[in-house]
Amino acid sequence: MTVDLILFLILALVSVSTALGMLLSRNTVYSALFLVLNFVTVAVFYLLLGAPFIAMAQVTVYAGAIMVLFLFVIMLLGTEVLPASNILPWQKPLAGGLAAVLAVEAIYLLLVRARSVAQVTSPDVAINSMDNLREMGKVLFSTYLLPFEVTSILLLVAMVGAIVLTKKEKA
Amino acid sequence: MLLEYIAIAVMIAVATLIAFIAIGLGELLGPKKKSEAKSMPYESGMNPYGEGTRRMPVRFYLVAVLFILFDIEVVFFLPWAIVFRQLGIFGLIEMIIFIVILLVGYVYAWKKGALEWE
Amino acid sequence: MTQLDFQTLLPLTILTVWACVLLIVDLFIPKNRKGITAVLAALGLAVTLSFTILQIGRENSGYSGMVVLDGFSTFVNALILVSGLLGIALAYGYVKRMGLERGEYYTLLLFSVVGMMLMAQAADLIVVFIALELLSIPLYVLAAFSRTSAESEEAGIKYFLLGAFATGFVVYGTALVFGATGTTSLVGIVGSASNGTSSLLLTIGAALILVGFGFKVAAVPFHMWTPDVYQGAPTSVTAFMAAGAKIAGFAALLRVFATAFPTLATDLTDILWALSAVTMILGNVVAISQTNIKRMLAYSSIAHAGYILMAFVPYGNKDIMPISIAAGLFYLVSYVFTNFGAWGVVIALEKSEGKGLEIGDYAGLGRKYPALAAAMTVFMLSLIGLPPTLGLVGKFYLFRAVIAGGYTGLAIIGVVTSLVSAYYYLRVVVTMYMKDGEPTTEREPMLDFTTAFTAIVTVVVSLVPQWLFLLASNAVLKLF
Repeated sequence: MTVDLILFLILALVSVSTALGMLLSRNTVYSALFLVLNFVTVAVFYLLLGAPFIAMAQVTVYAGAIMVLFLFVIMLLGTEVLPASNILPWQKPLAGGLAAVLAVEAIYLLLVRARSVAQVTSPDVAINSMDNLREMGKVLFSTYLLPFEVTSILLLVAMVGAIVLTKKEKA
Repeated sequence: MLLEYIAIAVMIAVATLIAFIAIGLGELLGPKKKSEAKSMPYESGMNPYGEGTRRMPVRFYLVAVLFILFDIEVVFFLPWAIVFRQLGIFGLIEMIIFIVILLVGYVYAWKKGALEWE
Repeated sequence: MTQLDFQTLLPLTILTVWACVLLIVDLFIPKNRKGITAVLAALGLAVTLSFTILQIGRENSGYSGMVVLDGFSTFVNALILVSGLLGIALAYGYVKRMGLERGEYYTLLLFSVVGMMLMAQAADLIVVFIALELLSIPLYVLAAFSRTSAESEEAGIKYFLLGAFATGFVVYGTALVFGATGTTSLVGIVGSASNGTSSLLLTIGAALILVGFGFKVAAVPFHMWTPDVYQGAPTSVTAFMAAGAKIAGFAALLRVFATAFPTLATDLTDILWALSAVTMILGNVVAISQTNIKRMLAYSSIAHAGYILMAFVPYGNKDIMPISIAAGLFYLVSYVFTNFGAWGVVIALEKSEGKGLEIGDYAGLGRKYPALAAAMTVFMLSLIGLPPTLGLVGKFYLFRAVIAGGYTGLAIIGVVTSLVSAYYYLRVVVTMYMKDGEPTTEREPMLDFTTAFTAIVTVVVSLVPQWLFLLASNAVLKLF
C-alpha cells in the first residue's frame, strides 16, 4: 500500500504541475504538450485504481487523437503565442480569490463534514487486468448495450457535423 | 497488482534513457562552430521572411476529427474482442450494428469528398 | 436483447434507421431539389409519431433498465415529434430563401429529435448523458448552419463551448451520484438513498446535474448564451431549439429529480424556488429593453423556463407532484405551439442579412396583412397568459399546482412578472396596429399553414383544455 501511496503522491505532484503549466504557458503549443503529459499522468492514475482499459483509452483517445486535434486547431487559428494582454485585469485576483474559497470549502467538507459522506467501498474489481477487461467487456455488451450503440450514432452525428461545417458544398 | 506493469515502466525508462544518451552523445562529441548562416532557418536558399508559423488550412481539422471518431470506434473493439467468444452470435450482431452505423458515416464522408485533398 | 427491449424503443429505433438512411439517400438528391429531403424527413417523423401513439398505455422498461416506456415518455415523445414536424415546416421555405438549403439540415434535425426522445425515456444517468450529447451536437451544428454569416458562426461556437461546459457539469454530477450510491440507475439511486446512506455527495451531484440542465433549458443564472445564440442562429433553427431543447431538458429534469432524488427535496426545493423566481424576474425585465424581435423572444424563452421550473418546486410532495407534473407538461404543450407560431411570424417578416427583425419593422402589419397580425396577436397574448389562449390555461394550472403545494409567494411572483411581460408583448401588438409602415412578408404555403395551424391550436384548445390536461395527468412517471 505504501508503494501505491508514494506513487500517488508523485503522480499528483506531476499532474498538478502539468495542469498549472498548461494554464500559465503563454505559448499554446506548450500548453497542449503540458496537457498531453497531464493526460498520461491521469492514465497512470487509472492504472493505480485498477482500470487498465480506461488507462489505455485515455492514452489512445485523449493523449493521442484529441491532442492531435487540439494542435491542429491551434495551428489553424494561427495563435501559437498569446500576447501578454491585460484585457481582464481583474480576472487573476478574482480567480485566485475564488480558488481560495473553493479550497477552504473543500477542506471544510473533507475534514469537518467527512463523516456525513458514506464510506465508498471499492467495487469488487477483478485484480488480474485481463479478468478486469473481460468483466468490463461483458458488462459493456450486455447491460450497457444501449449506450454503446447510441455512441455510434453520436459519432456519426459528430462526423456529419464536422463535414457540414468545414466542407465546401460541391458545385 | 502494479507489478504487472513493471515491464512497461522499464521500457519507458529505457526508451527515455536511450533518447538522452543519443542526444547527449551528439552534444558531447560533436564539434560546435556556430555562425549566423548556420542558425538561419533553411528556406530553399532564400532569405527567410515572416513568422515561422503560419495558419494551416481547415482541411487538417476534418482529417483530425475523422481520425478521432474512428479511433474511438477501435477502442470499443478491444473489450469486444476479448469477450467475443462468451458473447457468441449476439455479440457479433451488436458489433455489426455498431459498425454499420459508422459505415453510414464513412459512406457519407466519402461521397461528400471529405477524404479527398482538394 | 428481447422483443420487449425492442418494443420499448420501437419509435426511436425507427426514427434512427430512417435518419441514417436519409443521410445516404440525400447524397443522391440533386442540389436544387432538397425539398424532397425535407418531405422524407417529415414523413419519418410522422411514421414515428404514429408508432408513438400506438404505444399509449404501454409501460415497461428495457435494455437492462436503461430506458423506460411509460405514459410520461409517450406524451413527451409525441410532443417532441410534433415539434420536429413544426420545425421542418418552418424551415422548408426559409432555408431555401436564405440560401441555406442543404439536406443535412433535415437529417441533423432528425438526429436531434432522436436524442430528445431518448432523453424522455432515459432511466439511467449514463443514458441521460448520451441523450444530452445526441440532442445537443446537431443543435450546435444547426446554430452555425449559415456559414456565410458571422453571427451564425458566433452563435454556433458560443452554444457549443458553453453547452459542452454544461454537459461537463452533468457528467461530474453523475460521477458524484455514482460515488455516493454506487449506481447510475435512477431506481437504484432512490433505493440507495432511502437506505439512509450519504447525503452530501448525493446532494452535490444532484445540484451539479441541475446546473447542467439549467443551462439546457436557459434558466437564470445559466442563461447567458441564450440571447446571442437565439439571435445569431438561423430563425428556423432557433424555433426548433427553443422548443425541442426545452422539452427534452425539462423532461429529463422531471424524471431524474422526481424518480432519483425525492429524498433530497428538502435541500433542493429552496434552490428550485429561487431559480424559478430569478428566471421569471430577470427574463421578463430584461426583455423590456429589447428592440430586436429575436432577442426579445429569447428573453421571453428564458422567462418561460422560469414558469415551467415552477412545476418542479413541489416535487418532493407526493400528493402535489402528479398535478404539478401534469401542469408542467401542459405548459410545455402551450409553449411549444405558441413558440413555433411566434417564430413563424418572425420568419415571414425576416429579410436576408438579418433585416426585418426590429420590432419597428412590424409597423403597419395589421393593416396590410391582417391575418398574420391577428396570428401574432394570438401568440403574444398566449405568451403573456391572457384569454383566449393556451398560455392562460397553462399558467392557471401551473399557479394552481404551486399554490396547492404551499408556495403562494412563487405564484405571486409569477403573476406579477406576467403583468410586466404584458408591456413588451403588447408593444409588438401596438406597433402592428397603431403605427404606419409598409412591411413586406414572404408568402410560403408551408409557413402560412404552420402559423395558421399553431394559432388555431392556441385558441381552440384553450376553449376546451380539459382533455389535454387529462392526457397530461395520465402521463405519469413510472418506476420499475
